[in-house]
Amino acid sequence: MSNQIHGAQHFDKSKRLEIKFSEDVMQIAQSIISRYPQGKQKSALLPILHLAQAEFGGWLSPETMDYVASILKIKSIEVFEVASFYSMFNLKPMGKCILEICQTSSCWLNGAEDIVKYIEKKLNIKVGETTEDGMFSIKVVECLGSCGTSPMLQCGASYHENLTFAKVDTLIENYKSESKRKSYTDLDYKNTL
Amino acid sequence: MGKKLLIHNDKVPGINTLEVYRIHGGYSSVEKALKTMTPDQVTDEVKKSGLRGRGGAGFPTGLKWSFLAKPEGVERYLVCNADESEPGTFKDRYLMEKIPHALIEGMITSSFALGAKTSYIYIRGEYFYVARILEIALAEAYAAGWLGKNILGTNFSHDCFIQVGAGAYICGEETALLESLEGKRGNPRIKPPFPAVAGLWGCPTVVNNVETIAAVCPIINMGGEEYAKIGIGKSTGTKLISASGHINKPGVYEIELGLPVEEFIYSEHYCSGIRNGKKLKAVVAGGSSVPILPTELILKTAKGEPRLMSYESLSDGGFQTGTMLGSGGFIVMDEDTSIVKNLFTFTRFYHHESCGQCSPCREGTGWMEKILQKFLNGTAIESDVELLWDIQSKIEGKTICPLGEAAAWPVAAAIRHFKQEFLDIAKNKKFIDISHYNRLNKIVA
Amino acid sequence: MKVTIDGIQIEVPKGTTILQAARMIGPEVAPPAMCYYSSLKTSGGYCRTCIVKVTQGSSANPSPIPKPVASCRTEVMDGMVVENNINAELLEARKGVVEFLLINHPLDCPVCDQAGECKLQDLGYGHGSAATRFEFKRREYEAIDIGDKIKLHMNRCILCYRCVKVAEQITDNRVHGVISRGDSSEISTYIENIIDNDFSGNVIDVCPVGALTDKTFRFKQRVWFTKPVDAHRNCDKCSGKTRVWLKGEEVVRVTARKDQWDEVEEFICNSCRYDYKKTSDWVIEGPSPIHRNSVISQNHYQHLNELKLQALKQQNALGFMPLDKKP
Repeated sequence: MSNQIHGAQHFDKSKRLEIKFSEDVMQIAQSIISRYPQGKQKSALLPILHLAQAEFGGWLSPETMDYVASILKIKSIEVFEVASFYSMFNLKPMGKCILEICQTSSCWLNGAEDIVKYIEKKLNIKVGETTEDGMFSIKVVECLGSCGTSPMLQCGASYHENLTFAKVDTLIENYKSESKRKSYTDLDYKNTL
Repeated sequence: MGKKLLIHNDKVPGINTLEVYRIHGGYSSVEKALKTMTPDQVTDEVKKSGLRGRGGAGFPTGLKWSFLAKPEGVERYLVCNADESEPGTFKDRYLMEKIPHALIEGMITSSFALGAKTSYIYIRGEYFYVARILEIALAEAYAAGWLGKNILGTNFSHDCFIQVGAGAYICGEETALLESLEGKRGNPRIKPPFPAVAGLWGCPTVVNNVETIAAVCPIINMGGEEYAKIGIGKSTGTKLISASGHINKPGVYEIELGLPVEEFIYSEHYCSGIRNGKKLKAVVAGGSSVPILPTELILKTAKGEPRLMSYESLSDGGFQTGTMLGSGGFIVMDEDTSIVKNLFTFTRFYHHESCGQCSPCREGTGWMEKILQKFLNGTAIESDVELLWDIQSKIEGKTICPLGEAAAWPVAAAIRHFKQEFLDIAKNKKFIDISHYNRLNKIVA
Repeated sequence: MKVTIDGIQIEVPKGTTILQAARMIGPEVAPPAMCYYSSLKTSGGYCRTCIVKVTQGSSANPSPIPKPVASCRTEVMDGMVVENNINAELLEARKGVVEFLLINHPLDCPVCDQAGECKLQDLGYGHGSAATRFEFKRREYEAIDIGDKIKLHMNRCILCYRCVKVAEQITDNRVHGVISRGDSSEISTYIENIIDNDFSGNVIDVCPVGALTDKTFRFKQRVWFTKPVDAHRNCDKCSGKTRVWLKGEEVVRVTARKDQWDEVEEFICNSCRYDYKKTSDWVIEGPSPIHRNSVISQNHYQHLNELKLQALKQQNALGFMPLDKKP
């Protein structure tokens, strides 16, 4: 089973990193928690995980999950159960730009498969893989609500719609050259959550 | 062209800002409700309007509101279901992106009717940039006093928050949504109790779709009776339709319910016909879970009457010859489309999105996908069609939540109306995706 | 409240579920249940094997419920009429559920420690088909230790959630749960954690299949070659009332006692379960009541009918008399 997760069981405890939100991020976290009634702070789990994923390298390491559990005063297993349920949370490191190509009906009707093949060839990796420089990962995903503007792909918070091969060329060049694009944090979670 | 009530201003520059929205009559329903009406009067107008849930199930909104338990001293909540994830559906995204204040206005007016001091908008995680647009609009609304303490100087105070999901179609099911909002896995709850009695954190809760909540504004402004005059029969008002697939003009259209399907597909005001001069083959009229219909049955009912875009007309003939309006996700397929391959993408979707709680859905969706993969590989045999039929029938109605039906219905309908296509693949031992070259032309251009 | 199940009427208190009412009538009408566990709150509803057909909702609202309902999570209404074993369509639907539970379940009964006391074996025998229609590779996971005395064979798990609810409700620190989703869902501890607390062993007893097994008993003995006796000892952590499984004079295993529905009567602590493996540690009360159809009962007991009668009398003494027992 390729998606078996409990391989993570062999995680090396001695290599644990110290994880902590900076003061301003902690303030955001606290303001998220304050949206829910007293004692219901677990409700903030999804947004806090988004924040943590953006802050700590674009994935949720065991240290990150432990840290989130400690902030929300819940058990680590509760964080793990949730983190592994939702498709937007990564439980392993990913490339800086994750190209998520929609493959459901309308996107397929309009050529998503050819877009996938084109990107695979262009980046010389397959779906599910990351380029050697750690820049790009390719993922196929299910309907992203962009059926009228298909085919499409999502990268970070950006929707790239009505894709053609030429558009794919441009967007990949743009991501490559965008020096200001540091990581997954381009989602601008800090200003949204 | 019929009446438009929700997105008539979508092309106005700056309509996403409070200032422009207000100039175009925005927030008048809040003024009218808070200053001149009681909460029960607001609910009554919604009842009179005949508004039905726009998320897919079509349940009468006023009735749903009237089920809300109101025990003394217990908080009540309104939760907006903005987890739009049904393949083929993108109307809520359009509405929130273009006119975010329409949703916020509806949230305030509806919360007033329900007596909810707090409301939440649960938006799917992938719509992150839309959540940002909503956050900005919320901040504007707070700054202008439309939200917060003593709105318009009345006793009514209200807070509205946004929560982003994290990628799970199942969270569009209202009890799974509430679980997710509570920071848990999106596992649907076993009902009863229904959210109206025990919803968010065990408190009475109403969960409504984005479009439903936005429609409350024009209903309050014009009055329920006036609203009920729009549309046809029990399908009152307007509906946002997400049109996609092989049409000349895909996009979101607001239609008056009752518009003939043929007009919607071919009129230049709407989809403008099939792309590349091809012929129509089939339509999925209400999002991926509703039964697919071939041309002859989508344009006309089995009785030979013109098929209309309304709850009743689309379901005329039951599942034998009809379908459902559902979420209004209108996917059009041309004559070169493989129904089998399209079904495969749907089934893969439901397999991917099954929460895994109950066995028929957890095991059955994956099994159906594997069998359909055999068709695409050209290794299927004729009896696989019967097997598929049997599996879907054993999922349908046996699951905790409607995802079971959503996964079963498309399989049943594809076999019901296009069985020969399955049999041909099994007989010829190969599958050729004939529409491939047409699509390639579009994306090479 | 009066409810009629397969033609037999019974009066039950408000709040009783259809499954409980059916069990009060007796095993002839009780639906099978793989995930429901009466002593665990919020259990049930997942496996769907206990589905029944409600042909009349109540006296007040006689219309039928269109879809089959999970009897373990549906409360009876006064005048409700339920069909279980007499409804052919329902039995066909249940057969479908059983098939779903089996398609990814390995055919490793010959090497599975649960064989002989596996609920899925019973279910497959009673409600399944002899042949499988699933021609694909089954899901595979490695077997792992999730505690020094507990082995997890995820391959065999049917995701009943019972062990999760035991950890949540009767131990003080839940470290395992269900992760991922859909058919990738699995039981897992959090990263490298192990389940370690005084009552952890109970997850083994509630597991209906061979997914969680007792490492101290693994491969020691086929269960049908052992002889279960009810026994007790003084224990400061639990009631000390257990079932001791003997092979000759040797204690090969200690479990909690189970009732006629195969549910644990009282959860036991790990000391009782693992630390007292001599017959002299226990006061033996007598042979455990085992269903006469069970392989475990073969050749061990002669007086099972008597035991069954006793159990029925006990039920009646509790006031759950079948009112109208038609054939």
